[in-house]
Amino acid sequence: MNVTRGFTGRPRVHNPGLPPGQYDAGEDWPVLSAEVTPDLAPADWSFRIDGLVERPHTWDWDAAHALPESAYAGDIHCVTGWSKFGVRFGGVSLDAFFHRVRPQVSATHAVACSHTGYTANLPLADLTGGRAWIVWEYDGEPLPSEHGGPARLIVPHLYFWKSTKWIAGLTLLDHDEPGFWERNGYHERGNPWEEQRYSGD
Amino acid sequence: MTETVTTNPAVTRFAVPGRIAVSDQAAAVWRTATLTEIRRETAHAATFRLAVPGWAGHLPGQHLLLRLTAPDGYTAQRHYSIASAPDDSGHIELTLDHVPDGEVSGWFHTVARPGDTVEVRGPLSGFFAWQGDRPALLLGAGSGVVPLMSMVRHHRQRGLTVPLRLLVSARSPEELFYASELGAETAPVFTRSAPQGVPVGRMAAAHVAPLLSEQPPGGWEAYVCGSNGFAEHASRLLVAAGQPVERIRIERFG
Ligand SMILES: Cc1cc2nc3c(=O)[nH]c(=O)nc-3n(C[C@H](O)[C@H](O)[C@H](O)COP(=O)(O)OP(=O)(O)OC[C@H]3O[C@@H](n4cnc5c(N)ncnc54)[C@H](O)[C@@H]3O)c2cc1C
Repeated sequence: MNVTRGFTGRPRVHNPGLPPGQYDAGEDWPVLSAEVTPDLAPADWSFRIDGLVERPHTWDWDAAHALPESAYAGDIHCVTGWSKFGVRFGGVSLDAFFHRVRPQVSATHAVACSHTGYTANLPLADLTGGRAWIVWEYDGEPLPSEHGGPARLIVPHLYFWKSTKWIAGLTLLDHDEPGFWERNGYHERGNPWEEQRYSGD
Repeated sequence: MTETVTTNPAVTRFAVPGRIAVSDQAAAVWRTATLTEIRRETAHAATFRLAVPGWAGHLPGQHLLLRLTAPDGYTAQRHYSIASAPDDSGHIELTLDHVPDGEVSGWFHTVARPGDTVEVRGPLSGFFAWQGDRPALLLGAGSGVVPLMSMVRHHRQRGLTVPLRLLVSARSPEELFYASELGAETAPVFTRSAPQGVPVGRMAAAHVAPLLSEQPPGGWEAYVCGSNGFAEHASRLLVAAGQPVERIRIERFG
């Protein structure tokens, strides 16, 4: 252990909900994004699933909203160090979208792509079983554009960069393919509880 | 530079340029850095010079992760941009704002002295880096000028001729980082108080438009750095003035 002379840190209360190396951002919701926030109107938004699926399909705003509603209430964790507790997102479970397109048995991974063109890779197993959503509401209000509105992916059990903003689609693959952040030095999977921040962790 | 973006039929346009190659292997290792010098920049900011054995070098614009450890094992990690040019062999410089009640910046500003050690890993993120190959238009505010200064210093030390311009926003002349080092490439914008005869106000279209009307051959590569509020504001100014979105790189300090 490499103790820093004179450093004691903030008084701390043990918080079992806080993954290692994270702090509670409280009311703050910092933005991690390397690009210009797009002005994307709901009418111009669409979401497509293709690649290794039986029936590729594209939903527009209304078609996506016609699917059964599903909310996420819980915590989110960003690789830059903050966690946010008790957030509420409203949207649709990804399972509802997969139900329609039917992933092929050979599909193991997905590349999520935003309407601006940035990508994130995810094991398919992290997107199914009620663990991932397409959301358009935050705390009962429309999702702000700098946080990915009109609609984003959320995969709250992984670091939040995997939760692609301005989500445009998922392409299912039979192999892993690093996305934008992963090619820029971030970890392949990004499990906050194992501190998978950067490649090599 | 390679433009490697996964294609997806659903994509309408690409806003994200490709990465610049930097080693990821070096980034995985925590290194013990020794503080060798502290220089005051403003009343609230100082530059901390560190000797880092085995540092693999960096590209201007990159940042690192810094870790402090308490006697009971508690650690605090924060990101800091690298202010120095890559050629400063074996040394890197960080410039930290003293954040009120800040856990890490507070330690640096009130406890740290030469000889102390901290841990760093990096350099991180090839995305905001500038190799010195393309004309660079740099927009920063407050401590957001830190990674841009690495680019300015690199440009000077190498005697590069590729065009480079820096538009920097500060509350007042007293709060402008690196003031004595800024030269003809820099135009400061003061938001609270300014020298006699200099207007006071936010960075605006009038500051950005002239730079975009005198585009160098091949056009600017724009780098925007600062708080999220500044990043949103400045990047929108650039887009409004005609800078293509895929040639704007943004680093947000939170
Ligand atoms: C890529 C990147 C590069 C950066 N580069 C620079 C740079 O070059 N220079 C620079 O000065 N900064 C830079 N920053 C910001 C830097 O990482 C820190 O956020 C900053 O120094 C503040 O850290 P701190 O520990 O001093 O303050 P913190 O202790 O993190 O406090 C910051 C604020 O959050 C609140 N807070 C945080 N944690 C807690 C907690 N556990 N309990 C209560 N309140 C809390 C504090 O009250 C305070 O208002 C950069 C950030 C990023 C993401």
